[in-house]
Amino acid sequence: MTKTIKKSKTRFEKRDMLATFVMLLPYVLLFSIFIAIPVALAIYLSMTSFNMVETPKFNGLVNFINIFTQDTVFLRYVLPKTLMYSIIVGPGGYILSFLLAWMLAQIQKGPRTIIALALYMPSMVGAVFISVIWRTLFSGDESGYINSLLMGWDIIERPIQFLQSPDHLMTIVIIVSLWSSMGVGFLAMLAGILNGNEELYEAAYVEGINNKFQEVRYVTIPMMKPQMLFGAVMALVSTFSNGYIGVSLSGTNPTPQYAAQFLTNHIDDYGFLRYEMGYAAALSVVLLLMILVFSKIAYKLFAEKD
Amino acid sequence: MSSFQGTKINPTSFNKSQIWFYVVLIPLAIFMVLPVIFIVNQAFKPLDELFLFPPTFFAQNPTVDNFKTLFRTATTTGVPLSRYLFNTITITIIVMILTIIISVMTAYVFSKKSFKGKNTLFKINQTALMFVRTAVIIPSYFVIVMIGLNNNPLVHILPYIAVPVNIFLLKQFIDQIPNEIIEAARVDGASDFYILFKIVIPLTKNAIATVAILTFQSTWGAVESSNLYIQDETLKSFGFYLNAIALSNTGTTVAGTGMAAAAALIMFVPNLVIFIVMQSRVMNTMMHAGIK
Repeated sequence: MTKTIKKSKTRFEKRDMLATFVMLLPYVLLFSIFIAIPVALAIYLSMTSFNMVETPKFNGLVNFINIFTQDTVFLRYVLPKTLMYSIIVGPGGYILSFLLAWMLAQIQKGPRTIIALALYMPSMVGAVFISVIWRTLFSGDESGYINSLLMGWDIIERPIQFLQSPDHLMTIVIIVSLWSSMGVGFLAMLAGILNGNEELYEAAYVEGINNKFQEVRYVTIPMMKPQMLFGAVMALVSTFSNGYIGVSLSGTNPTPQYAAQFLTNHIDDYGFLRYEMGYAAALSVVLLLMILVFSKIAYKLFAEKD
Repeated sequence: MSSFQGTKINPTSFNKSQIWFYVVLIPLAIFMVLPVIFIVNQAFKPLDELFLFPPTFFAQNPTVDNFKTLFRTATTTGVPLSRYLFNTITITIIVMILTIIISVMTAYVFSKKSFKGKNTLFKINQTALMFVRTAVIIPSYFVIVMIGLNNNPLVHILPYIAVPVNIFLLKQFIDQIPNEIIEAARVDGASDFYILFKIVIPLTKNAIATVAILTFQSTWGAVESSNLYIQDETLKSFGFYLNAIALSNTGTTVAGTGMAAAAALIMFVPNLVIFIVMQSRVMNTMMHAGIK
């Protein structure tokens, strides 16, 4: 069967195959080198002991066993903090961005565009801007804006070293992450709601739904499941990519008393500061698995089944 | 209960029932923008206002002194600021052009061509949507050093071109182009590249604009490549330099705060302007950005 197809291939089809190959090649090549191979390498290195001087020595699952039995910093701080942060900023930020998108869709175009821009703006300011803004606002002496505000209102008596304080750093990191989380996913959800079919809503009211909550539950969300899923994946990526915020606000890795020590910071700590590459790679694999679990949940919730 | 008819999606006129949305949205929008406005003011404050206690929010007598100091400080390192700026502009332009061309070609193949393994490849790309670069920063480091990109200007460019979400957005858009148009052109003897440049690209402008903006946002202020791979000072990026100034000056010296704010502002303004100009194209693209 395949033989006859191959024989009957015309010059036209051959040229077609060649064009397809040429067009696909650059992306596949770059994707392999900079995305696929690093992931594969992480998995390989995670099963070795490697200090960058000697060649990697295979040691099976020792790194993983150490992570979950020996690494007290990981067990006491990194794991719970990462989970707490990712649950608040991930699903929390996601629900927030859906609610905001939904409210925006109910107002007129002019004000909507301006407010949407205001909400989106923090997500495009970039890492440099984020650390400059928040380090200035939360500056630890009395010239710090927030300190002087709180002192002016007699809430506090002396300035607080917010960014060096284990009690406050985590809260600040969460606020900053949420602040900058209305990104591409938020825009997609807004567009998804706006693109909704008016007749569906009218029909639903005829069918007997009678309040906004039911409208969202039975019309809006089912209608825009694809955008909901895209938004969820984007929320996931931005949540885990924003792990640097604690380090860039406090200026140290590890963060003061591991207050905002997330898995990404722990990886940098072992990889770039201690050169325990095998161990760092094992931590990367744990992180990738966490992301995978979160995305599986998102797909379970929103993917349309064929 | 007649108000349910009044509050509907994308209304054309104002209705009393919308007030509640404004009551929530406007304060929140102000809260989101306030820090940005604060930095803008900070950047234009003269030195004595930066020292003012209690600190003021708005600049009373705005000056551009902070920007001048920023440029003067830059020249003392031996590498003029214009060099960093030139590097970043060059990097941004090249990354944008390559990303757009390569992504459009790939998305076109995924959307309109059939070949063995296409579904598998596309599934891999869909899985990679959740790829978090910082998660594999260490193995990436080895790969980049191994292929000789260490201290090589190409390290600013090559690792950032393959972005799964770009392929996804473009493919969703190209899917909207009817196959008949492409078949008709093919029957007339048009090559794939002709079809790509004369049919697909003109019809995909909105999605291309979106990819361009997202690429710009991630390239313009990028610091990672300069931080990890570039040792030669003259090859580093503008973002890296401003970041270094910003971080060494915020929270340590009061005078530095103004300079850091000026640096942050320079990084931010182009992003804002481009987004405002292109926002309707972005929203149009996002309409199709659903994962089925």
